[in-house]
Amino acid sequence: MKKNMLFDLFFTFMKIGLFTFGGGYAMISIIENTCVEKKKWISHNDMLNVAVIAESTPGPIAINCATFVGYRQAGFPGSLAATLGVIVPSFTIIYIISTILNNFLEIPVISNAFKGIKIAVGILILDVAVTMIRKMPKKILPCTIMTFSLIAMFFINIYSWKISSIGLMLTAAAINLVIFVMIDTFGRKGGTKNDLS
Amino acid sequence: MIYLDLLLGFLRVGLFSFGGAYGAIPIIRDTVLSYGWLTDEELTYMIAVSESTPGPIMVNLATYIGSTQAGFFGAALATIAVVLPAFIVMLLVMIFFKTLLKNKYVQAILQGLKPCIIGIIFATGIYMTGNNCISLRKNTSVDVQAVIITAILAVMMFGTRAIWKKKISPVMLIVISACLGIILEG
Repeated sequence: MKKNMLFDLFFTFMKIGLFTFGGGYAMISIIENTCVEKKKWISHNDMLNVAVIAESTPGPIAINCATFVGYRQAGFPGSLAATLGVIVPSFTIIYIISTILNNFLEIPVISNAFKGIKIAVGILILDVAVTMIRKMPKKILPCTIMTFSLIAMFFINIYSWKISSIGLMLTAAAINLVIFVMIDTFGRKGGTKNDLS
Repeated sequence: MIYLDLLLGFLRVGLFSFGGAYGAIPIIRDTVLSYGWLTDEELTYMIAVSESTPGPIMVNLATYIGSTQAGFFGAALATIAVVLPAFIVMLLVMIFFKTLLKNKYVQAILQGLKPCIIGIIFATGIYMTGNNCISLRKNTSVDVQAVIITAILAVMMFGTRAIWKKKISPVMLIVISACLGIILEG
């Protein structure tokens, strides 16, 4: 029985990996459809929880979901089967493409098309940023961190400074943690209400 | 050592990418440019290929870059590296720390990370869009065709939501942008 479950997990997630285009959020709806409605592996409520956890943990959302559902059904082997299942189709397809198409960009029509696509990618990234800013709590600290990172990253891009974005992130996380701990330990005595939630 | 670079580079991408595929692109861009694996043009090409093939975009990009840099094993290594942090974090959350994400210190770290990531994503979006239209580094010159394409796409992206309350899909936008590129740049 257990073995069957592992196969089922692997092939179900392989199908999900094979038929979802556009990544992340498109995938959540397919996973919901398959795992909640058809297979009844997890409840709708679980699915919402995974989506929230997926947002606050790093990495591709599909991987978070696969790991969650797999673990629920069959423990660690299950999480491995589901995660591998979701990766195998993209890996195979992309690997084949990468070995075949190499000098694709030298064809004029293609390279013109990619000049257009390059612009679309910039706009798509801007759209993610705008959506995230809308959801961000409008408080002094997050807004300040956001503004400073924006300016710093902008100059890093323009002048090709050797500072990586990871350094910026770790600094921001550390600053926020220190301020939080300070408010948490000293703030209450003074009776000042902190806005850091 | 290319294998080690791929492993570390993509572990970094996997660990620090929040906000879905396009949110991850600034981090991926930063990583591949700093290692000198790809140029901006090649990265755009790969993003488009990843978008038009099934599966998580981050996984597609990792496989592609790994494969072009170091063949099959490079591809396998990069793919595993990009997936591993999400896999492990999710398992940890489920097995040991059901309340880990609610812990106030973990929250404080996440609350600091998120606005910073938003800033990075925003800056990269502005830079990439601006750089397509105006050459920021060399003598400042305006690319008129690019400005026109940018304007059309921006109206489509941000205008459709206002009219139909539903956003245009990334795939659709990329298809349209490719057509505009062929028509206007050709």
